[in-house]
Amino acid sequence: MTLELASNRETAPTSRADSPLAVRGMTVSYGQKPAVFSVDMTVEPGNMTAIIGPNGAGKSTLLKAALGILTPLAGTATVYGKPVSEQRHRIAYVPQRASVDWDFPTRVIDVVLMGLYPQLGLLGRIRPVHRARATDCLARVGMEDFATRQIGQLSGGQQQRVFLARALAQDADLYLLDEPFAGVDAATEKAIIAVLKSLRDAGKTVVAVHHDLSTVAEYFDNVFLINTHRVAEGSVEEVFQANHLQDAYGGRLAGAQMDALQLS
Amino acid sequence: MNGSEFVPLSLVPMLTGIFVAVACALPGNFLVLRRQALIGDAISHVVLPGIVVAFLLTGVVSTWPMLLGAAGAALVAVLAIEGVLRLGKIESGAAMGVVFTAMFAGGVLLLEQSDTSNVHLDVEHALYGNLESLIWLDATGWGSLFDPEALATLPVELPRMAVTLLFVALFTAIFWRPLKISTFDEGFARTIGMKTGPLGLGLVIVAAIAAVAAFDAVGSIIVIAMFICPPAAARMMTNRLEYQIAWSVLFATLAAVLGYVLAGYGPLWIGMRDSVSAAGMIATVSGVILGFSALMGPHRQRGAAAPAA
Repeated sequence: MTLELASNRETAPTSRADSPLAVRGMTVSYGQKPAVFSVDMTVEPGNMTAIIGPNGAGKSTLLKAALGILTPLAGTATVYGKPVSEQRHRIAYVPQRASVDWDFPTRVIDVVLMGLYPQLGLLGRIRPVHRARATDCLARVGMEDFATRQIGQLSGGQQQRVFLARALAQDADLYLLDEPFAGVDAATEKAIIAVLKSLRDAGKTVVAVHHDLSTVAEYFDNVFLINTHRVAEGSVEEVFQANHLQDAYGGRLAGAQMDALQLS
Repeated sequence: MNGSEFVPLSLVPMLTGIFVAVACALPGNFLVLRRQALIGDAISHVVLPGIVVAFLLTGVVSTWPMLLGAAGAALVAVLAIEGVLRLGKIESGAAMGVVFTAMFAGGVLLLEQSDTSNVHLDVEHALYGNLESLIWLDATGWGSLFDPEALATLPVELPRMAVTLLFVALFTAIFWRPLKISTFDEGFARTIGMKTGPLGLGLVIVAAIAAVAAFDAVGSIIVIAMFICPPAAARMMTNRLEYQIAWSVLFATLAAVLGYVLAGYGPLWIGMRDSVSAAGMIATVSGVILGFSALMGPHRQRGAAAPAA
C-alpha cells in the first residue's frame, strides 16, 4: 500500500493536489467478484458531483473504500492532496439512512452533537456554544422543533435531515453522501438539495451517490458513471449522454426511459 | 436483622452480588445494542475450560492465571468456530453455538475429573458460584468495617469484584462517546477517525474480564443473565442511552439484593426449610424484572410513533 502510494504521488497529475477527492486504482472485493475494479476518480472542487450507476455497480462501495470504512484490495484515495487519515476534519460523511438502527436510544440533538466529537474529544464538556451550534444545524434542515425527540419517532425524511444536520455540524470542506434521497418525501428532497446547493455556493464540494436519473441534470454539476469499472466522468453536459448511460447500465435502460431524460 | 448477624453473613455476598451484576450490566448495555448479546453468553461458556486448565497448570484459583486461561480458551473458540465453519459447512450461528456449548461441556468434564477438593472450584460452583459461602468470619457488626484486623479477613472475592467494577465503570465513562457513536453508526465513527475495531475488541475484553472475575464468585448462570437482562429491561424504560445505563445499574442492583434475600429467606416464608441458590435466584429475579418492563415499560414499542415518510 505504502509503495503504491509513493509511486502514485510521483506520477499524479498536478490537478490531483487540488482535488477534494482523488481516487486511484481503487479495487474492492466482497468475495470472488470485484465490486469496484481499478477505479480512478478526480472530483472537481466547488462542485456537486453525482455518482451514478445501476444497482450493485459499486457506488457506495467506492465511497466507503475511499473513506477507509472498507479496506480495499488495492488503490489509494487523497483528500485535497493528502491521505484521508490526515484530512478527516475536512470530510463529512452521511451514510445510507438504512445502515443504522434508528431504535437506538438517543435524541435528535445528540445525533447532531456526534458531529462535534472531533472538537469535543473523549471527555470535553458539551457547552452552550456546542448546543447552539447543533441547534443551528438542525434549523438549517428545518428540524429545530424535533431536537428532543427520540430518533426512532421520526419519519424517513426527517431522519435523513438529522443525518445531514450532523454533517453540517462537522463544518467540513468535502461532503460525501450515500443515497441522501432514498426513501424520503418530496419536501425533504427539496430541503436537502437546497442545503447542498448552499454548501456548494459557499465553496464546499459535494459528492452524492444518486439513483434517480431524472433529477441528475437538475441537481448536479458533474457526473461520475460507474459500473464496477469507471464508465465516464465529467460535467453533466458531457457525460450524461445516451451512449455513456447505456454503457453504464449495460443496455438495461428502456428507450422510454432514455426519452424521458431528454438526452440529445 | 441486626448488624452482628448481617455483616458477617450477608453483607459480603450481597455486595459481591451487586458488584457482579453491575460490572456485567455496564458492558451488557452496549453488547445488547450492538446485537452482540450472545457474546456475553459465549464468554461465560468459553471461560470455563480456560479457567479449569489454568487451575490445573498453576494449582491455585487466582485472577491472572484465570484471565489468561480464559483468553486462551477464547482464542481456541475462535479457531474452532472457523474450523467448524470451513469443514462442517454450516451457518455461523450454529457453528458458534456448537463450539461454545461443546467447550463448556468439556470444561465440566475436565473439572469433574480433576482434584479440586481443596479449592472452590467444582461443577456446582461453575454453574451456581459460591455466593453464600462468602462469609466474613471475623466480623462482629458494622464496626468491623472500620477495624483493620477484621477487614484483613474479608473474603478476597469482594475486593476483587470491587476492583473489577471500578475498572469496568472507568472504561465505560472514559470511552462513553466513542462507544455510543460507534454503536449507533460505525461507518460515521470511522470517518471521524475512530478506531472502531480496537474499540469493539476492547468492549469484548472488558466484558470478558467482568465475566471471569464474576465467574469465580457467582458461577456462569448469573453472568449470562446479568449481561442481557438488566440492559434489555432498561431499554424499555427510556429512550436515552444515558438513562438506560442508569436504569440497568438500578435493575442489576435490585436483582442482586432481591435475589439474595429471596434465595435466603423466600423458601422459609413459604414454609420450606432450606434456602435456594442465590445466583440462581438473582438470575431469576432479573428475568422477572425483564418480564415486567416488557409488559409495562413506557418505551417498549419501537418506532410505532413514526409517521409514514
